[in-house]
Amino acid sequence: MSEHEPEAPRDDGVERPPPGPLKSSVEQERAAAEIAAAAEREAETKTLDLGAGLSDRLIVAITGTSLRVTVLALVLAFAIGGVFLALSEEAVREALGYFTSRPSDTFVLAWEQIRASYAALVGGALGSPRALTETLVLAGPLILTGLAVAVPLRAGLLNIGGEGQVIAGGLVGGWVGFSVTGLPLVLHLPLALLCGMLAGAAVGWVPGVLKARTGAHEVISTIMLNNIFVAITFWVLTTTAFQVPGRADPISQSILPSARLPRYIEGLRGDIGILLALLIAAGIFWLMERSTRGFELNAVGSNASAARAAGMDPSNSTIFALTTAGALAGVAGCLIILGIDGRISPGFSSGIGFDGITVALLGRGGIGGSVAAGLLLGGLKAGGRSMQGATQTSLDLVVVIQALIIIFIAAPKLVQAIFRVKVTDDRTTQISKGWGA
Amino acid sequence: MAVDASEGVSRRERRFAAFSVLVAAVMIGVFAQGRGGSSATFVLNDARGGLFTLPNLVVAVVPAVLVMAAVVLAIAVLQFTRGFGARAVPVVGGVAGLFAVSLLIWAGAEQTVSLISLFRSTLFAAIPITLGALAGVLSERAGVINIAIEAQLLAGAFAAAVMSSILGGPWWGLVGGILAGVLISGMLSGLSIRYQADQIVTGVVLIVFATGVTSFFTTQVLARNNALNSPDRFGSYAVPFLSDVPIIGPVLFNQTLLGYVAVGAVVVLQFALFRTRWGLRLRSVGEHPKASDTVGIAVLGTRYKAVLLGGVLAGVGGAWFTLDSASQFSREMTSGRGFIALAAMLVGRYSPAGAFGAALLFGFSDALATILQRLPVPIPSQLLRAAPFVVTIAVVAGLIGRLRVPAAGGQPYLKQ
Repeated sequence: MSEHEPEAPRDDGVERPPPGPLKSSVEQERAAAEIAAAAEREAETKTLDLGAGLSDRLIVAITGTSLRVTVLALVLAFAIGGVFLALSEEAVREALGYFTSRPSDTFVLAWEQIRASYAALVGGALGSPRALTETLVLAGPLILTGLAVAVPLRAGLLNIGGEGQVIAGGLVGGWVGFSVTGLPLVLHLPLALLCGMLAGAAVGWVPGVLKARTGAHEVISTIMLNNIFVAITFWVLTTTAFQVPGRADPISQSILPSARLPRYIEGLRGDIGILLALLIAAGIFWLMERSTRGFELNAVGSNASAARAAGMDPSNSTIFALTTAGALAGVAGCLIILGIDGRISPGFSSGIGFDGITVALLGRGGIGGSVAAGLLLGGLKAGGRSMQGATQTSLDLVVVIQALIIIFIAAPKLVQAIFRVKVTDDRTTQISKGWGA
Repeated sequence: MAVDASEGVSRRERRFAAFSVLVAAVMIGVFAQGRGGSSATFVLNDARGGLFTLPNLVVAVVPAVLVMAAVVLAIAVLQFTRGFGARAVPVVGGVAGLFAVSLLIWAGAEQTVSLISLFRSTLFAAIPITLGALAGVLSERAGVINIAIEAQLLAGAFAAAVMSSILGGPWWGLVGGILAGVLISGMLSGLSIRYQADQIVTGVVLIVFATGVTSFFTTQVLARNNALNSPDRFGSYAVPFLSDVPIIGPVLFNQTLLGYVAVGAVVVLQFALFRTRWGLRLRSVGEHPKASDTVGIAVLGTRYKAVLLGGVLAGVGGAWFTLDSASQFSREMTSGRGFIALAAMLVGRYSPAGAFGAALLFGFSDALATILQRLPVPIPSQLLRAAPFVVTIAVVAGLIGRLRVPAAGGQPYLKQ
């Protein structure tokens, strides 16, 4: 260990120049130098390569050790998932009862169960054109909620509110999708998407403003908003504005064909949602890597006090980052309602906001990384569903595997200890900041 | 927050005043209009009877609400002109309390509401929140951020249900709950202390993990063998004599075991954290680990112990769900209580007593929402379920703001 102790920047009461334009060019130069030095320090202490562009990051990801950690994390997660799988099987648990007399039974039965389930998983993700379209259609919302976590992460914020933002987007986008009539597809669909996006953005804006104005931590306020929107879903689905006339069950009217995302293969669920998600990802890439706004976000995230010294307003960035995240998640909600589901039912978001955290961390907070991770997770979900059908293995196993993947990615030192490999990644893995930040 | 007579009151107090005006407006505009009945009846006796019986409290709806609205308006005027300085936050609490009381009177018009059962449900709902918040206090005072309270509660509930069903008896269930809470704590402390993973990310992931594992085994195993998910539960235990005292007797001294444990843990920890050497050491590794290390305190060991002890408490809190509250484990049954516990810890400013007070507040909003669902009130019951979450946001944003937190929270300690 070096003498240098990695420390997250925090408010320590040290006096700093007030925000606002700097007077002399000397001061500006000093501020620029301070930011550069801070960025250098941060580069040593952060997993997220904040300054690097996509190409740099891809090269690092492919050749560097972080890919090794990612692959090992996947292997470990599937291995432990296999143990849970085996334990859940009645026959295996019975064989465990006489393990000492015939240990081979346990292993043979366990292996059978694991092999069959995982084969169904892979087959359901990649095995057929139907499987591939399922993977792609599920990946679209995942990419967007992943970005909804990745963008605020750049500004040092952890957005756990994807779920509530997805619900808001889905409810509003869906309502526009079935209640506005008489519009052609080219007008109706974009209108529904836009309204859903704005609804999500509004829900993202709330924790941003609360954080910037009152200091309420975004983790708490976003989680509370998630729960509030789950309650709101249950409520609106009992109102006449949403329910099918003459029915009492909590399911909305069907989205009109003019607001449905067009499908590209007859008879399969694959729709253009994935293309939309990729386009938006490209836009976010431009925003984060090429625009002034994105530069400010990155600067605030890597060293808020240095950014403030250079005349940036961290609270502005906070609001902007969380509002953008909300908009992304809102579109994700629209992709589910206007594309996959075609109507609103309770629990339609099915944890996809939390999946976004997996996606963003798996993608190491990068835009390209999030897209790749979204595709991977879409495959996992599609495969998990066909696994549930084929071997009666609960889809919850996918959630477990997902959690294990992040645990190992968040703790590369653990992977290093298990495989006894030297992960030359000596940068620490501190991403978020404490309650006081 | 000093009051400057010449400059008027602070922006914060003006915000509070605006809140009071809003509250008074709702009281006059909605509650004082009544709901067709002239009086509300509140029962002060326990259903099982006691040594004394108190007369029912009959309140005339419109006059009572108007009087309280006048009080709130008077407070608003004082907030605008003079400010309450250091007592600003308790005053806001009082305003919110008056609002809740007038809401209850309005909703109870022509109805009979048992105040005893309202208070009992308040305390009952506060049990898991209190225990979870105590787990948070312990671990965060030692410098490890614990978002995974929800995971500890959920795992505790699951293990308590299974252990109590298999081994037959709520005590085994309690042991199971504790073990599960400690297991999650062990993962949290191992990952964040030894492997220096990001503590907030680890906490969030552990919640996903606990949700996934418990749901997986519920669907795969418990749903197919109901015998594994029919726990024996704790009954309530009435303290002799004390439970016969009017009002406080049935509320405080006729609880199940876990209720007494929760209140006891608050008292013990409040003393231990702030009045003993153990507590001083625990807090020191959360504030300045390097200094603690220099004087010979084992930083990492203290942190491990604090997080694991927190796991014991949160495990007990988890056991409440299946040994006290519901008759069996169901998927995601903690439904956000762990996050409310987290908020209670922050609202209570990292002290056990404060966290207990905040937990009572959330318990009350929960109990009030439950009672309102039974009364003919024109508020959708689905929205009432969101009440504790709305209260949390309002409290965190309106009253706490930026916190004075343990200085080393969230940072792994590397020995040089």
